[in-house]
Amino acid sequence: MTRPPVDPTVELRGITKRFPGTLANDAVDLTVHRGEIHALMGENGAGKSTLMSILYGMERADAGSIRIDGREVTFGDPSAAMAAGLGMVHQSFKLFDSLTVAENVVYAAEPRRFGLLDRAAARRRVRELAEEHGLAVDPDARVGDLPVGLRQRVEILKLLHRGARTLILDEPTAVLTPAEADALFAVLKSLAAQGRTVILVTHKLREVLEGSDKVTVLRDGRVVARLVTADTSADEIAAAMTGRAVDLDRVHAPGTPGDAVLEVTSLTTDAVHDVGLTVHAGEIVGIAGVAGNGQSELVEALAGLRPVTAGQVTLKGRDITHVSATERRAQGLAYVPEDRHAVGTAPAASVADNLAMGHHRTSLSAKGLLPPATVRTHAGRLIERFGIKAATPEVPASALSGGNLQKLLIGRELAHEAPLLLVEQPTRGVDIGAIQNIHDQIVAYRDAGHAVLLVSAELSEIRGLADRVLVMYEGRVTATYTKDEADEQALGLAMAGGAVAPTEAVD
Amino acid sequence: MFFDSDLLMSALRALTPILLAALGGALCERAGVFNIGLEGMMLMGCFTSVATSWFTGSAWLGVLAAALAAAAYSLILAVGAVTLRGDAVVLGIAMNLLAVGLTSFLLRTVFGVQGTFDDPSLAGLPLVGGFTPLAYLAFVAVAVAALMLSRHVWGLRLRGVGEAPDAAATLGVSPAKYKYAAVLISGVLCGLAGAQLALGNVTLFSENMTAGRGWIAVVAVMLGRAAPVGVLLAALLFGLAEAAGFRLQGVGLPQQATDAAPYVVTLVALFLSTARRRRRTANSPSGATT
Ligand SMILES: Nc1ncnc2c1ncn2[C@@H]1O[C@H](COP(=O)(O)OP(=O)(O)O)[C@@H](O)[C@H]1O
Ligand SMILES: [Mg+2]
Repeated sequence: MTRPPVDPTVELRGITKRFPGTLANDAVDLTVHRGEIHALMGENGAGKSTLMSILYGMERADAGSIRIDGREVTFGDPSAAMAAGLGMVHQSFKLFDSLTVAENVVYAAEPRRFGLLDRAAARRRVRELAEEHGLAVDPDARVGDLPVGLRQRVEILKLLHRGARTLILDEPTAVLTPAEADALFAVLKSLAAQGRTVILVTHKLREVLEGSDKVTVLRDGRVVARLVTADTSADEIAAAMTGRAVDLDRVHAPGTPGDAVLEVTSLTTDAVHDVGLTVHAGEIVGIAGVAGNGQSELVEALAGLRPVTAGQVTLKGRDITHVSATERRAQGLAYVPEDRHAVGTAPAASVADNLAMGHHRTSLSAKGLLPPATVRTHAGRLIERFGIKAATPEVPASALSGGNLQKLLIGRELAHEAPLLLVEQPTRGVDIGAIQNIHDQIVAYRDAGHAVLLVSAELSEIRGLADRVLVMYEGRVTATYTKDEADEQALGLAMAGGAVAPTEAVD
Repeated sequence: MFFDSDLLMSALRALTPILLAALGGALCERAGVFNIGLEGMMLMGCFTSVATSWFTGSAWLGVLAAALAAAAYSLILAVGAVTLRGDAVVLGIAMNLLAVGLTSFLLRTVFGVQGTFDDPSLAGLPLVGGFTPLAYLAFVAVAVAALMLSRHVWGLRLRGVGEAPDAAATLGVSPAKYKYAAVLISGVLCGLAGAQLALGNVTLFSENMTAGRGWIAVVAVMLGRAAPVGVLLAALLFGLAEAAGFRLQGVGLPQQATDAAPYVVTLVALFLSTARRRRRTANSPSGATT
């Protein structure tokens, strides 16, 4: 679709911002026109958030200028930016959980009667905006009770209530299900069609290709590409982001399955009903499904973190159904949990200590003590083997970027050389470059003769890695596919609950 | 009769200082400042009201001075916890200890006595229908606070600041401004509470005369969930306990035992409310995920 040329509404010229040790933005130019959805892309640390913070008045640039609707501006704080028609949805939502939707929307821009908050007017305003923009949400609901997709609507309503003409969204789909993300893009497109402008900060290629008009790519603080979405491809954007050619939809060669390692029969626990599956040595079994269909509960039950109500689990022929998590690890199970911050690592502990965790019982222990030198050497080995970027092994794990923290976690678990690896969402929120590295490691692990059970909400990941794919829907395995059968359409349909009939996993 | 209108009257008198202080504490709580300096602020109010009333001969000037002095004293918490981002608990404890020492010292230097200062010519607050005007004011304050918090724009913003200061800041609302306001108002209310205690309930100043009422107010904030009406009910409970304690003395129980009544009620109330809260969280279905 071509639009008549219009004047730029947001123009950043030569924006430079230096943090101690980092040039976060290096003479960045960004031009966004009215009515366009403009994607700002780049890997973690490329400088996207810094640039948007400067535009929104939260940070001051060392050099450069900003023009809004042709007029040069300097914003001392976000309220000045808001007054100029900008509005931002932050990556972590800025909402008041105990307040209602209407209260959140009108907060600090309240309709009043005699100095008191006019609740009726606030409610009416939310309903009007919701109707006009297809953002249906109950004005009286407590925000804390809403699912993320609706909370995001509240954030957008907040901006619309303030009359924002340019909406900035920082990683808006990171927390959304595919259906919620689609709904969001429908809203953004209709906003753009009304002449509002959308700046979308993201590193997800699919949605940029489907949802944006133009793309600006940042790498190491500099603009490395300005593209028109209709004329570009995922490969071109990915190459610009990473600085090298990447094959996004690489499908790894299948493995050669051996003996059964994990056998699960009729497993039932919270949110999981009668699940049966088998994972063989030298095989990756993928579990696909929209988040919240029992995958997490299944993996927790297998890892020994959630009691099993019925059914049986055997590891290398031994019954481990009611065995503790520690004992399971001793018998040959390694586990990469979904939440790398809260469950997978200890953020305040050093990188070296995090890498030692779990190994403290086995390879690192010398008569019950942990010699610091052994811990250091162990850390050094893993840091090198898995390409973990840390200033030193002594920095706290919280100082690592998401991708590097994930490499740490996966490296630590792979180093157990356990016969069975449970791995959940291994690349959520991780850069393209790091994704490839992690995928290669998992495949190499399988090729070394280990069994892998992979849970992922990313279809491309499941299709690229898994030798067999099970789809979970509402706590049951509703479909099983071989690698060749598992195309995007079949999986997508099954994930939405459209599988023809429940099939048993075949061994 | 053990429960009669006399008991209720003396419960209402005992309630007033606790209620005033607890209202201030509730506002701070809503603004996200944990204020356990109520006791110290109240004690500053007691001394200032007595000293001012003594030297000017006007109990009302005593009340005014108490409100101002306690508000000034509350700045320690505002500056320390909001501007300098110090630990509010440590600051509150320090304020309580400092107030005891400071008022005892001033008692000696200004009045030249130790322990207690009282004099028949010290002007106390007048009684209207058996209560001081401050007692009525306390109930009006409950209504005003309830209205402000739930219906006024200022209250909405204050609650927002207390819950998610970042979110408020991104919308151009300064969390520091609202926190300062809440702490200063709590200072004024504690000053009034102190004046009520020293020029209303009795007409004298004695060292550490608040005797834990500020702490009971802190508990009332928790029990009442920092809601004005909830705080009122909690304060009523403590007022009744204190009045019942007096009454039990008349029955012949030793004073040391009856004085403990409000504190025993505090402990029991805390136990019951935390047990109830614990049960509720244990039963909530989403306990693990949220
Ligand atoms: N407040 C800060 N202090 C120091 N360095 C920072 C700060 N904010 C960002 N950086 C650094 O600036 C670079 C760009 O960060 P950011 O803009 O957050 O990237 P992105 O949003 O693209 O992931 C990174 O190297 C980051 O570590
Ligand atoms: Mg960012």
